[in-house]
Amino acid sequence: MTTPLVARLRERLRPDQVRDGVAEVNLYRRDASNLSGHPAVVCFAESVDDVQAIVQVANEFMVPFVPRGSGTGLAGGAVPTAGSIVISTSKMNRIISVDPVNRIAWVEPGVLNLDLSTQIAHQGVHFAPDPSSQQTCSIGGNVANNSGGPHCLADGVTSAHIHAVEVVLPDGSITVLGGEDPEPVGYDLRGAFVGSEGMFGVATKVCVKLMQNAPDVATMLLDFADVADGAQLVSDIIADGIVPAAVEMMDQLCLQAVEAFIHAGLPVDQAAALLIEVVGLPATVAAQIDRIRALAATRNVGSIRVAADDAERALLWKGRKSAFGAIARIKPNYYLHDTVVPRHRLPEVLAQVYEIADRHDLLVLNVFHAGDGNLHPLLVYDAREPGVVERVHAAGEEIVRVSVAAGGVLSGEHGIGLEKRDLMPLMFSEVDLAAQADLRRAFDPGMLSNPDKVLPSPAGCGDIHSVPEGAWV
Amino acid sequence: MIVSSLDAAVAAFAEQVGDAGPVTVTGLGSRGGPVPAVRTVTAPSGIAWIQPAEMTICCGAGTPVADVDAALAEHGQCIALEDGGTIGGSLAVGHSGIRRLGWGPARDTVLQARYVSSAGEVVKAGGPTVKNVSGFDVCRLLVGSRGTLGFLADVILRTRPLPVDERWYTSTSDPWVLLADLYRPTSVLWDGHTTWVLLDGHGDDVAAQVELGGLRCAGGPPDLPPYRWSMPPSAVRSIAAESAAFVAEIGVGVVHHSQPAPVRDADATVRSLHDRIKHEFDPTARLNPGVDVLADS
Repeated sequence: MTTPLVARLRERLRPDQVRDGVAEVNLYRRDASNLSGHPAVVCFAESVDDVQAIVQVANEFMVPFVPRGSGTGLAGGAVPTAGSIVISTSKMNRIISVDPVNRIAWVEPGVLNLDLSTQIAHQGVHFAPDPSSQQTCSIGGNVANNSGGPHCLADGVTSAHIHAVEVVLPDGSITVLGGEDPEPVGYDLRGAFVGSEGMFGVATKVCVKLMQNAPDVATMLLDFADVADGAQLVSDIIADGIVPAAVEMMDQLCLQAVEAFIHAGLPVDQAAALLIEVVGLPATVAAQIDRIRALAATRNVGSIRVAADDAERALLWKGRKSAFGAIARIKPNYYLHDTVVPRHRLPEVLAQVYEIADRHDLLVLNVFHAGDGNLHPLLVYDAREPGVVERVHAAGEEIVRVSVAAGGVLSGEHGIGLEKRDLMPLMFSEVDLAAQADLRRAFDPGMLSNPDKVLPSPAGCGDIHSVPEGAWV
Repeated sequence: MIVSSLDAAVAAFAEQVGDAGPVTVTGLGSRGGPVPAVRTVTAPSGIAWIQPAEMTICCGAGTPVADVDAALAEHGQCIALEDGGTIGGSLAVGHSGIRRLGWGPARDTVLQARYVSSAGEVVKAGGPTVKNVSGFDVCRLLVGSRGTLGFLADVILRTRPLPVDERWYTSTSDPWVLLADLYRPTSVLWDGHTTWVLLDGHGDDVAAQVELGGLRCAGGPPDLPPYRWSMPPSAVRSIAAESAAFVAEIGVGVVHHSQPAPVRDADATVRSLHDRIKHEFDPTARLNPGVDVLADS
């Protein structure tokens, strides 16, 4: 039976843009996390006017709405609140304009991250943030999560690459936050919106900064018998004044899984490998490779392999970016974590991660953005094994705690969403969280835009055990 | 100045700000100084720590930018903030220096900020690591907010390597041709006739870039006219037709101009959002009273 809400949405949009069939709605219950919700209806917006109409209807019926890009989020940020309207922006996927000289493009939020860089490659530019999910994640999702990726080490995460966002605010008004001009008048509302996880409104157009493609690229793979040596080299390189484009680390279990999958000749007998990429003009790249070789020699490096050509470079990166798929060879399920620690604490926190996994009788693989201290421990398991899920929960929470205790943060790029909402008090006091809630209320006084995410409810504030049901902390 | 901890100074600063009555903050007064005829406070100064391998520094907002740069230079690092005044003043105004094309904007420098709220409480925003998406980005909201939402007490900033061998060059070539042809110049300035380019890096690379761009050595950048305009970088060419003197940052859109910038209007929605944010953060409008961030400085 058609509800009044659905009937009203069908008046404002074309009927085929509004889907309330059980099978269709169920497809939108989850994102890429292990959490799920129960939306009332899914709307496929095709324009800013569509988004505005949906938000107006949400206000009319006082029903929450949840913006959604490709649904690749890992923290439950796009998991729909019960009875909510899911606003899918995946059909808003046009690249509107590209200015390759001033290096600015306007795109719709449903444009996929890699599609943007691929389609403008012939103009010598690219969009720098490159999450591992870049083949499927959308620019709108990148804006919501302030996404990262391996190449954010030198060039910064999404926020550094967004000039402006056209938004439908939670009250249904349309405006542009930020601008193509470098110093828009007033508060940095663009900066506040990026990373707001869908709680400040819906992005309907995004003005992105483009970066020049590098004239020269060198990708090197260095292996180590001791994980700590590799981790220490990362700090040595940065302290030496070199900021590579990317510094990724894979540990032995990960190397073995990936090698079995892609046959790239990875050093499967070593404890860890670093994938380092330096980019720039030829003499700079050559000098940096030499310097990294010299620094590596003081940290007991095993072999050093420099990709000879684009094909070999692509293979090495394929190894890095397909790690999560390769893991299915070990166990059917995995839980991927995301915390950040200061680079110089990497060796000891990694040791703690291994110890925690060991104590909970779990296998852990580490494949992560070592350059910025962004750990991604993967706990692999078989959910059919009795009691294992509880052990994964417990180990995961311990990993977050040791990361924060080491001077780190809860999330480097996945966001807080539902998953880590109730862990926010590990990092922020009640006063700190109240300020964030104030900002949220200024954008969304009616609290309709993706409610219940990021901020712990005041009643539960300070009680980090009130984790949402099904949450994987 | 190295201090062992800023905690006590931050707490004392919060006491000074208090929770009632109009109050204004000042640094070295190089960006306009405090609001006149209002009780004035100054933020803590001093560097708590530098972590070269993290490329981060923690300092009081009242620390002079020059002190921070001098202390970082010992580690071969610097910060991407406009010269002059204090760290807090530089961030509160939020302007970037003329290296923004290569170094990025001031707002990307702040990782964590502790500020004193309108209620006189110390509030932490952001986190100490270079990468962090834990919660909403209150740090970026504070940059450029001119002390209307809270008074910066201490900050953790991202540093960058010092330039290897930075040199200015000039050319009569079209600046957009140079912008397209050169690889990541640190700065490209243009006064309608001459283009200035700032290059840095390995000598062989710089020599090749100089050759490619037909560049000649210059003593330094041109003098900058006093007023600051902000426009889309693609619109900069249109101002060359005017008679007034200017120096434009090509690829950025900041134009240093001899005439005051035209008044820019925010739309009603943006103004209303500003009002709501100000009301949430400072319900009694006691912080830097009278400062309207929507009116150009």
